[in-house]
Amino acid sequence: MSEVLVLVDHIDGTVRSTTAELLTFARRLGEPAAVLLGSNSGAARETLRSYGADKIYVAENSQYDDFLVVPKAEALAHLVAAASPAAVLIASGGEGKEIAGRLAIKTGSGLITDAVDVQISDGELVTTQPVFAGDVTVRSIITRGVPIVTLKPNSVTPETQPGAGVEVALEVSLSQQATTARVSERRPRETTGRPELTEAAIVVAGGRGTGGDFAALEAFADSLGAAVGASRAVVDAGWYPHSLQIGQTGKTVSPQLYVAAGISGAIQHRAGMQTSKTIVAVNKDPESPIFEAVDFGVVGNLHDVLARAAELINARRS
Amino acid sequence: MKIAVCVKYVPDSSGPRTFSSDLTVDRSGDGMLSELDEYAVEEALRIRDEAGDVEVVIVTVGPDDARAAITRALQMGADAGVHVVDDAIHGSDSVGTSLVLAKVLQQQAADIVLCGMASTDGSMGVVPAMLAERLGLPQVTLASEVTIDGATVRVRRDGDSAVEVVEASMPLVLSVTDQCNEPRYPSFKAIMAAKKKPVSTLGLADLAISPDEVGLRAAWTRVVSYEERPARTAGQIVTDEGGSGADQLVEFLSARRLI
Repeated sequence: MSEVLVLVDHIDGTVRSTTAELLTFARRLGEPAAVLLGSNSGAARETLRSYGADKIYVAENSQYDDFLVVPKAEALAHLVAAASPAAVLIASGGEGKEIAGRLAIKTGSGLITDAVDVQISDGELVTTQPVFAGDVTVRSIITRGVPIVTLKPNSVTPETQPGAGVEVALEVSLSQQATTARVSERRPRETTGRPELTEAAIVVAGGRGTGGDFAALEAFADSLGAAVGASRAVVDAGWYPHSLQIGQTGKTVSPQLYVAAGISGAIQHRAGMQTSKTIVAVNKDPESPIFEAVDFGVVGNLHDVLARAAELINARRS
Repeated sequence: MKIAVCVKYVPDSSGPRTFSSDLTVDRSGDGMLSELDEYAVEEALRIRDEAGDVEVVIVTVGPDDARAAITRALQMGADAGVHVVDDAIHGSDSVGTSLVLAKVLQQQAADIVLCGMASTDGSMGVVPAMLAERLGLPQVTLASEVTIDGATVRVRRDGDSAVEVVEASMPLVLSVTDQCNEPRYPSFKAIMAAKKKPVSTLGLADLAISPDEVGLRAAWTRVVSYEERPARTAGQIVTDEGGSGADQLVEFLSARRLI
């Protein structure tokens, strides 16, 4: 079996759950080989082994942190040439897709982004991805080079399965081109104490109907252990940070449960959430289009409904 | 200074969108300048407003109708347009599109190649990075804020786990998000003025690109099948009366084993 390269997304050795998902996908396609780039990656190795990495390519080099996108693309291109992998898997997201785009050009390989599934069907690698705001699902094949696929978070449940995790030192001489866009400052996002939006099993999102008051919504989210997101209207009003915006120009989420509170459900918003498994809405307007897209809807004051629901759920838990 | 803004003509995202019989995007209906590209046009105009001597050229690749995307950008205030139209381009993927754009951009020799964060139809968001790769230019992409300081472009990039400040020297490829600015609406005067602005039309031969290098058959990926998302079966809607809504909501979540 051939190697399947998985680009590891980590911050100082803490591996994001998307990487565990990619390793789970990689095991279906061949022998998972994690590609671990950047500084302070030591702690990541045990996690990668536990999710089945047979091999771990390690380049402990701060250039991967100091310059944007290109060094990572060059390291992967080097490995594509050296290891002739069956595929390269990268997490969807701004940086992941840009790395994938450059890698596709460098290696003359076809690229699929934002896939939710990848499997071998009749000996061929087939991807599945939602398009047109999730209204249509497409299956594609890659007809040239080494298939490069970026996968959306939450596309598979990560499964642990110990891998050999043999470490291989990776020496890549980066081009001059790799060091032209310098990251002069990096501030980690403040953590809210809640799950990361794109990785959460439950997402509770607020819209214009919150009036900017997220207290009941956040209490409800916390009773469920959910992430909190917002519609574009809320972000534009300055009530919630852009990093938590759900929709076409924000994050795409696909959780087990999505709760839309005070959100009317414009197509731009639905683009970011309509592949969620179960959808619930609370809105005071019974004519709101969001109710056409839900499994369960409550017509009422969202602050009252969510505050009471949070109390009921907390009472069940205690 | 010269800024080349790459824009895309896309099907109206508020209407139904589907595929043609050859499994390419059906572009027969109403189209428009991709909403996310308006931010790129606006950013170019904003840089011009601040720096003065700047020429803003709009570049698009697409069928005859795609001229409308250039027209809109000229109405917003851009100076000139380049429209690459050639039947052989039909069905190109991001690889083919970036090849054609890169050839135009080589001719243009702009100081800044400016793009939106993604199209609203394909929405891959990879073309800016591919252009930087093909042109051998630095990429400062997904900018939520842009500062020009002499020949240096500095941007704020709001990543998933961190906020980064990235900088590079011109010439470079810059892409901007919808957080960057508020696109202007063309005034009546600007709409009239746009009619007089030059738009050149190029074919593949003008760019020394062989028809075999682009289009559906040259694409490195292929759609094998698609299906419309099944309509959701109508959900249960209840009206809250004195707390009943929360009670029923919790019952629903419990029945679905979500709590």
